[in-house]
Amino acid sequence: MPLLEIRNLAVEFATASGRLQAVDGVDVSVDAGEVLCIVGESGSGKSVSVLAAMGLITWPGRVSAEAMGFAGMDLLSLSPRQRRRLVGRDMAMVFQEPTSSLNPCYPVGWQIAEALRTHHAVPKARLRDRVVELLGQVGIAAPATRLGAFPHQLSGGMNQRVMIAMAISCNPRLLIADEPTTALDVTVQQQILDLLLDLQRRRGMGLVLITHDMGVVAETAHRVQVMYAGQMVEEQPTGALFAAPRHPYTAALLDALPERAVGRARLPTIPGVVPGIADRPQGCLFNPRCRYADDLCRAVPPALAGAPDRRVRCHHPLAAP
Amino acid sequence: MSVLMQARGLSRHYMVGGGLLARKALVRAVDGVSFVLREAETLAIVGESGSGKSTLARMAALMEPPSGGEVLIDGHPTATIGEAARRRLRLNVQMVFQNPYGSLNPRKTVGAILEEPLALNRRGDKAARAHAARAMMDRVGLRQDQYGRYPHMFSGGQRQRIAIARALMLNPRIVVADEPVSALDVSIQAQVLNLMMDLQDEFRLAFMFISHDLGVVRHIAHEVLVLYCGRPAEYGPRESLFQAPRHPYTRLLLAATPSVDPRHRQRRVPVKGEPPSPLHPPPGCAFAARCPHATALCTAERPAWREAGTHMVACHHADSL
Repeated sequence: MPLLEIRNLAVEFATASGRLQAVDGVDVSVDAGEVLCIVGESGSGKSVSVLAAMGLITWPGRVSAEAMGFAGMDLLSLSPRQRRRLVGRDMAMVFQEPTSSLNPCYPVGWQIAEALRTHHAVPKARLRDRVVELLGQVGIAAPATRLGAFPHQLSGGMNQRVMIAMAISCNPRLLIADEPTTALDVTVQQQILDLLLDLQRRRGMGLVLITHDMGVVAETAHRVQVMYAGQMVEEQPTGALFAAPRHPYTAALLDALPERAVGRARLPTIPGVVPGIADRPQGCLFNPRCRYADDLCRAVPPALAGAPDRRVRCHHPLAAP
Repeated sequence: MSVLMQARGLSRHYMVGGGLLARKALVRAVDGVSFVLREAETLAIVGESGSGKSTLARMAALMEPPSGGEVLIDGHPTATIGEAARRRLRLNVQMVFQNPYGSLNPRKTVGAILEEPLALNRRGDKAARAHAARAMMDRVGLRQDQYGRYPHMFSGGQRQRIAIARALMLNPRIVVADEPVSALDVSIQAQVLNLMMDLQDEFRLAFMFISHDLGVVRHIAHEVLVLYCGRPAEYGPRESLFQAPRHPYTRLLLAATPSVDPRHRQRRVPVKGEPPSPLHPPPGCAFAARCPHATALCTAERPAWREAGTHMVACHHADSL
């Protein structure tokens, strides 16, 4: 049984101009010890999906799903109190901007200890030792001397290490990282990714990594889900996705990477822009930008189809090799 | 190709601090950088945050006077001439900024934004300026009926088209672009890169293209200059710099950049440490503390900027690596 399993997730926001469907028909399943990447452009609903899984969507947002289970528990029927006991302990999250996610008014040691105190994870007397131990585990040199440091005194990479220390403080079984390296330089990015993957392997955690960077996906994921305009459009094991994408959007996205271009030739582009949350087209959401679209695509929204782990939301999926 | 701009030993130093608690300190934001910019060619400036990329760009655009060294445009010195002459030379260089949400005045229409450079320089009458603006909108792929619209009505990619159009209104020969596609999604990034390359061919523009994304740089650049901590590390033609980098930092940067090419994973090397603060640069090579090949010489003596094959490189051991 998967560690986290969500079926047919939908998130909508009630606004003055009507109900906006941010996410629709997303399935997420992660096993223990697995690295799942969710990839998509801005506005594709990747962050909203995992915030919903963490129970962090509040009014006016509304989350619904056919099923939402974590480690044998039904998340939909838990009371808010029971849910809070889970979040931060068994399922934890690392956010995009470390420097703005941390509280600037408190030292980082105190902020890491807060999670431990909230969940009564260690006896009070052991709190300080545990925080030092955690800082050491995330690769901060001379951890005991950093307890009193404030976020502004640390670099972006160090702050992200602090965020990770906080997230793993209660030994979570599932770690969700939402663009954990987007704000960081490439050499620091590699350090943080290596750290996350190392922790994931050693602790057998499930890791959900959200990113817009196809290079990061290729180098970290076991399995990939591609999001477009609030929907999951394709799911494949990593190697297969890059070798033979099935959805025209995935294929076009990979073609648009400068890295895959030859010399200084013009890049293949995807015409138009991602539809906004309020102007989603009829039929397949990708049809106005798709070179293979026909009348069926313009009228009928396609359903996710295919074997588990190799699903695609397209009337005319590209041939598997 | 004829040389449009030449920089010799450019430096820019700032005094910082001097407040209640801090002593005054000298930051060498850019320290001894030389380059040549040729007609219809792209020079990419690569480096991590704090490496001095943006400061270098501002000096190249004559927005900021260098503390040392000089910038020559068409062989004319820019520092020793009077303000009026400098203003005339400055018309040759225009700038495109990173964030198209912040660089366009939200209270002006596209038409007004594009006509402003002409009006400020007293070019043509009102009708001629409007005509030029519409022609330029055509050229960068905006519709003429969008002339009266405001920036907030455009997507990020379209806004960057507006910013590029504005930079070209005065027919510059050099365009300094500071991370012009970093804020854009991959599919939109490809559109803007194609546009920039088309415009370069059509107007024989020289681009100074600042980026931290090596995939983009490899696609668009003719020559690449790598900066580290304000100092030049390596400078050379694109292909040979990517194929056979001479400086250990260039190698590290290439290895740390995530790639969708599965062969890349084997080339990954662990990264240690973070860049030094430009406030306290080390006495020797700025990269010595993170360099796997560093010797006593590297920590003691700053390497000279010298030729190594077709490259310029600042490394004591470039020949033996």
